[in-house]
Amino acid sequence: MEEPVIQAEGLTKYYRMGEVEVQALRGLSMQVKRGEAVAIMGPSGSGKTTLMNILGCLDRPTGGEYILDGEKVSGLNDDQLASIRNRKIGFVFQSFNLLQRTSALANVELPMSYSSSANDGRERAKAALIAVGLENRMKHRPTELSGGEQQRVAIARALVNEPAILMADEPTGNLDSKVGQGIMDLLFKLNRERNTTLIIITHDARIAGQTQRTIQIRDGLVEETVL
Amino acid sequence: MKITRVIRETFTSLSANKLRTGLTVLGIVIGVAAVIAMMSVGQGAQNSITAQINSIGTNVLFVSAGSRARFGGERFNSIRNVRGLTIADAQAMAIPLQAPSVQAVAPIIEGGNIPAAANGQATTTTVNGVTTSYFSIRNEQVTEGAFFNDQQVGTHARVAIIGVDLATTLFGRTTNLTGQTLLLNSQTFTIIGVLKSAGGTAAGSSDNQIIIPLTTARDRVLSRPGTNVDGIYIQATSAQAVSEANTQISNIMRLRHRVAVGKEDFSVLSQASLLSTATSITGILTTFLGGIAGISLLVGGIGIMNIMLVSVVERTREIGLRKALGARNRDIMNQFLAESSFLSLLGGLIGILLGWLISLIIGQIASASGTSLNPAVSLNAVLLATIFSIAVGLFFGIYPARRAARLEPVEALRYE
Repeated sequence: MEEPVIQAEGLTKYYRMGEVEVQALRGLSMQVKRGEAVAIMGPSGSGKTTLMNILGCLDRPTGGEYILDGEKVSGLNDDQLASIRNRKIGFVFQSFNLLQRTSALANVELPMSYSSSANDGRERAKAALIAVGLENRMKHRPTELSGGEQQRVAIARALVNEPAILMADEPTGNLDSKVGQGIMDLLFKLNRERNTTLIIITHDARIAGQTQRTIQIRDGLVEETVL
Repeated sequence: MKITRVIRETFTSLSANKLRTGLTVLGIVIGVAAVIAMMSVGQGAQNSITAQINSIGTNVLFVSAGSRARFGGERFNSIRNVRGLTIADAQAMAIPLQAPSVQAVAPIIEGGNIPAAANGQATTTTVNGVTTSYFSIRNEQVTEGAFFNDQQVGTHARVAIIGVDLATTLFGRTTNLTGQTLLLNSQTFTIIGVLKSAGGTAAGSSDNQIIIPLTTARDRVLSRPGTNVDGIYIQATSAQAVSEANTQISNIMRLRHRVAVGKEDFSVLSQASLLSTATSITGILTTFLGGIAGISLLVGGIGIMNIMLVSVVERTREIGLRKALGARNRDIMNQFLAESSFLSLLGGLIGILLGWLISLIIGQIASASGTSLNPAVSLNAVLLATIFSIAVGLFFGIYPARRAARLEPVEALRYE
């Protein structure tokens, strides 16, 4: 049996807010298989954002073990984490997070400027934009694009380094439902065609319903897994 | 991250806010321009003073009365009765047996602001009363007429050799003046020659002068007691013999004035000693001016730091995003350092051009007002300004860049 792409065991995360210690994760364990499309749901304060930050290697767990695509991530330093993010993870944010002053193409090229080898960067960026259906918008700046188009640019940027997992944090939160559904369809299509593991953080049950599996988080633990 | 990419990103992010970039650069421009202009003016002053001293001639010494002043020093106070220099002193130095390294001796009397009038015009001028050996020692030449001879000195002849500036003021021309008369201190003199122009110097024009026989000057224009003179020019037999000549002259003078070593009531200046004094004075001046200008460069650097700190706060989300996409702390640091050093380098380059322009204008103003001061923009000053301005950018950029690099990606992404 193939090794899972995400393997988390007993993750804990404590924050200190002034005098009070907040336990955001209390020994959470979960696994995601390669090529799976998973939704993570939970009310605010449940710890799902903390979980996403740790799974996305933006933050370190206080305790527990996390193995991503065969690499043990807990205990790596800042630079090593940056390298993991660059090679293995593609982020899609609720607010797109594009650089306003450069073209769509330059935005998609950005992750490759932090990788060691990328001589065909421009070609790969173009291919990624074609894959999200923006072949006619490459030279446009984010301000000249619609919300849906901007999120497509963000998805192209997430894809360009061919990551093992695609992490989308409320990817449709700033879009109306019709455009949002288009984005979801695109994400699922990429998941199927490229076998890229897809993790969607959401609190929209309709979106979660389209995934293969939903992980419910409550009080820093996995409450239930709905297939 | 590749260097070409860093440069390209620096360019796009700086051109995104052109007004702010321009104003930040302006701070450095002013600082560097001030440094360049001040240093080049200082260098120009040094050059023209040096040239003036060199024009005295490498084998010429000058003896004057009184010791070189040392304010508050023991030596200054101990010289009570300074005996003036006399014609007899000059004659003693001209005896080859006593001073074998001396080739020629020329005592002079000089006086400034002497009223001169001719042709309905009146002005003031510098009068030099000299003997015939003066002309060869100072390497003077005439463009018209001739110098006076020993006989004319002996007969207290009222003849004059006129400088070109004075000629222009009085007669409006510099040729065809031989035989004209002029009044010097209300005494009538006949012009027998026109002095070749020596060009202006930082100490004023040496072309506004008139040369007359020493004897006539003492009697009729610049009264001096007895056979006193103001100074004695000495020509050594060669440039190598200058220090020997100096020793011989000093020995003669000590004997004649009955003073011990260290208690001299006269001083001997050579071109070399004048040159080193002048060079050290102008050097101090240049450093002082450059230092003052350097303060404005410092202020410009603080301006860069200020703008970079604002920029880090404004771009917190961008920094978070870049980190999420795989930027290491060092990548973020390099990006901000590149921006601040580019700002200061650009300011430095424009500042060099502007400083050069300013020094040209100062040179024009100086020559229009009669002093020749050619500001010299030296390669050293340009290199110094360039290196210093990049250093300012790096130094004042490091703190903001470190702040940017240390941002936590999670918090930076959440920043509104």
